Amino acid sequence: MTSGPETRAEFLSKPHGFTTRVLDSDILHSFKQSKLTMVAAFVTLAFIIGAAFAPWIAPHNPFDMASIDLMDSLLPPAWEEGGDSRFPLGTDDQGRDILSGILYGARASLAVGFASVLFAATLGITLGLAAGYLGGTFGTIVMRIADIQLTFPSILIALLIDGVVHGLFEGVSRADTAYWVLIVSIGLSFWVQYARTVRASTMVERNKEYVQAARLIGIPPGLIMLRHVLPNVMGPVLVIATINLAVAIILEATLSFLGVGMPSTQPSLGTLIDIGQDFLFSGEWWITIFPGFALAALVLAVNLLGDWLRDALNPKLR
Amino acid sequence: MAFRKLAVAAGLTVALGMATSAQAETFKYAFQGELKGLDPYSLNETFSLGTLGNVYEGLTRRGPELEIQPALAESWEVVEPTRWRFHLRKGVKFHNGNDFTADDVVFSADRVRSQESDLKTRIGADVKVEKVDDYTVDFVLPGPNPILHYEWDTWGIMDKEWAEENDTVKVMSASDESPSYAGLHANGTGPFKITGHETGVKTTFEENKDWWDYGNKKFNIDSVELTPIGSDATRVAALLSGELDMVYPVPVQDIQRVDGNDGTRALTGPELRTIFLGMDQMRDELLYSNVKGKNPFKDPKVRMAFYQAIDMEAIKQKIMRGLATPSALMISPFQFALSDQFERFPYDPEAAKKLLVEAGYPDGFEVTMDCPNDRYVNDEAICQAVVSMLAKIGVTVDLNAQPKAKYFAKVLQSNGFDTSFYLLGWTPGSFDSWNILSNIIHCRSEEGSEAPFNLGGYCNPKVDEITAKVLVENDPDKRNEMIAEAFKIHMDEVGHIPLHQQGLAWGVADDVELAQRADNTLMFYHVNKN
Repeated sequence: MTSGPETRAEFLSKPHGFTTRVLDSDILHSFKQSKLTMVAAFVTLAFIIGAAFAPWIAPHNPFDMASIDLMDSLLPPAWEEGGDSRFPLGTDDQGRDILSGILYGARASLAVGFASVLFAATLGITLGLAAGYLGGTFGTIVMRIADIQLTFPSILIALLIDGVVHGLFEGVSRADTAYWVLIVSIGLSFWVQYARTVRASTMVERNKEYVQAARLIGIPPGLIMLRHVLPNVMGPVLVIATINLAVAIILEATLSFLGVGMPSTQPSLGTLIDIGQDFLFSGEWWITIFPGFALAALVLAVNLLGDWLRDALNPKLR
Repeated sequence: MAFRKLAVAAGLTVALGMATSAQAETFKYAFQGELKGLDPYSLNETFSLGTLGNVYEGLTRRGPELEIQPALAESWEVVEPTRWRFHLRKGVKFHNGNDFTADDVVFSADRVRSQESDLKTRIGADVKVEKVDDYTVDFVLPGPNPILHYEWDTWGIMDKEWAEENDTVKVMSASDESPSYAGLHANGTGPFKITGHETGVKTTFEENKDWWDYGNKKFNIDSVELTPIGSDATRVAALLSGELDMVYPVPVQDIQRVDGNDGTRALTGPELRTIFLGMDQMRDELLYSNVKGKNPFKDPKVRMAFYQAIDMEAIKQKIMRGLATPSALMISPFQFALSDQFERFPYDPEAAKKLLVEAGYPDGFEVTMDCPNDRYVNDEAICQAVVSMLAKIGVTVDLNAQPKAKYFAKVLQSNGFDTSFYLLGWTPGSFDSWNILSNIIHCRSEEGSEAPFNLGGYCNPKVDEITAKVLVENDPDKRNEMIAEAFKIHMDEVGHIPLHQQGLAWGVADDVELAQRADNTLMFYHVNKN
């Protein structure tokens, strides 16, 4: 064998593992360049870990009614006069620990956020891919529905869906349905962005040679969309998804704050802020300020990550 | 000449216009819940009755100290113990201009006792209402009843012709989804007319210059705006910012702030309302529980366990911030002379656990609790506290807290008493114990024609027997002894769990003078704005 194209053996002998590919990538490089992004990633990660392991990390379980004592209610944060070291960030009007409330609340907020983004992305990508690849009347109908939906603010759509669901399933307690209603209503108000982005990229990709080649050898359209087109349109989708996560968390908090989201027995960050605002005038600021601060930090961190990802994936900025 | 007359008239109009606009005063206030409809017989609830009491008037009315005064009836006499004669006021007109006559009283008496009415207890079903002449009405009773008219201040008289013309004779019940004509329009004889009503948004009132008592009026406001504001913080902020002249209730945590603020003050005092918990003791199986085939609340031990699991002192201190009086009875001590003979059972979670074991529920059970969240002072917070206190004795309570419009539509008679465990507040409309005995403690018939507000259906025939005697007893001391005996039985069997009398807390702008009635009713004819 003389010098020619790389042999299979030679190719395989080089390190090509996932780890190496990540370590060598531009994305990691740009991540290391930005201190702000690293902080944002750290904060996001801290929230995710805190939320995921809340039952083990949190000093109290705010859902265990038997462990709550009314006599512990309205205690200020531990460093203030009258504070109690068992409750580092103080307690609310029922004697629930604020710190534990935030950890469990972040759990609800993040769970709704991730699930609704996943739902919106799945729906949007599917419809966008199909609309872009198949085109025709189907594509037109999907995109016109998307256009119509874009004329409504997403909070209005979420409120509408919430109202309809509670009208349909009257008698079902909010506690049982809150998660699903929130996920569906937030998800349905976001799918348009995915659909439009994916459709635009798909229309570009569909005329490229590799897609035509795949079509020539007789691969069914569904498989082409999934195997060949989808991986090439995922870049922008990732960016939208990250930024959407922040928006979804905010939207969830807004709905809960308005009283149509998570009930006060399974509070999310928005519910906690809502509960706390009744105590602002009387000076018990910690009940609303700490959850508010946590929400702001979480959303800011996720947004910064999204911004960074957008820049990192943009070839023009490299 | 004609021109000069016209000019003078125009000049006069301008002058008058200026005079009225200089005096024009709009009184803006907010309550925590909404006024669901305008039909005065829909809901037997103090806020609805009180608000509509500015529009519809009864044969009697109550003054600032709750004393009974003549209103649409000029005077009345007890001709014989079972026949009361009411002499109606002449020259009274409804807001639409119709005359007020005996026919309207007879019509209203039928309407208030009709199937959909929530105010059936205003007049017994077996009382006959007879028109003697256009301005005299007789009430013929099956037996003597010295307190017949005690609750008539909240039984507003409706115009017969108006109701029939507009096909709204049938009462709009609390569970009705679509409002009837009378639910959207009002036509009373009172000092204020309703000029606009959007449920949950705003209700506007205007003074009625043709009111029969206009000559003696003690108010200077000519229009009123009621806005329901559910959020405590928003309601207080609207008062502090001067946007509203009055809000109630002021949340207990904000009383200091409202009082300390320049330009507003807090009016507080004991309210007559008793807040209590009730349990379904009538069905053989609870609607909302994991116990099947039997009803745990039928066992007095379970009820006692619930009672002793609740730490009233903690609720008073922490949730009510001192503005509540824990109560052993279902009535305020101001309204029952022998109240001091009664004392609450002690808070004792250990004893409560033992009682549950004895009753056969060593691991507790699950039950759903219905609770309003915009009706009473800190109602939802109290329910949450009760949930956590019961959790400590092993009972898992699923809390269903809803706005009062939905809550009442679910648990009241109009929806078949659809509840297993609930929180309710009650002010006896007659300010007398018999009202409590007959409405809340008396055995309830299946469909609720008797004791319609005994939602849980506590029943002891002995108590019913005493209740009947109380009604006809004229000697106050004997009467009180009997009432005490009935209350004692009810208490020992834990028919209900009385919690406390909540405090009144109104936030009022300094330039407003008004009378704060102990039943938490705001009458516009006591309001003056400077």
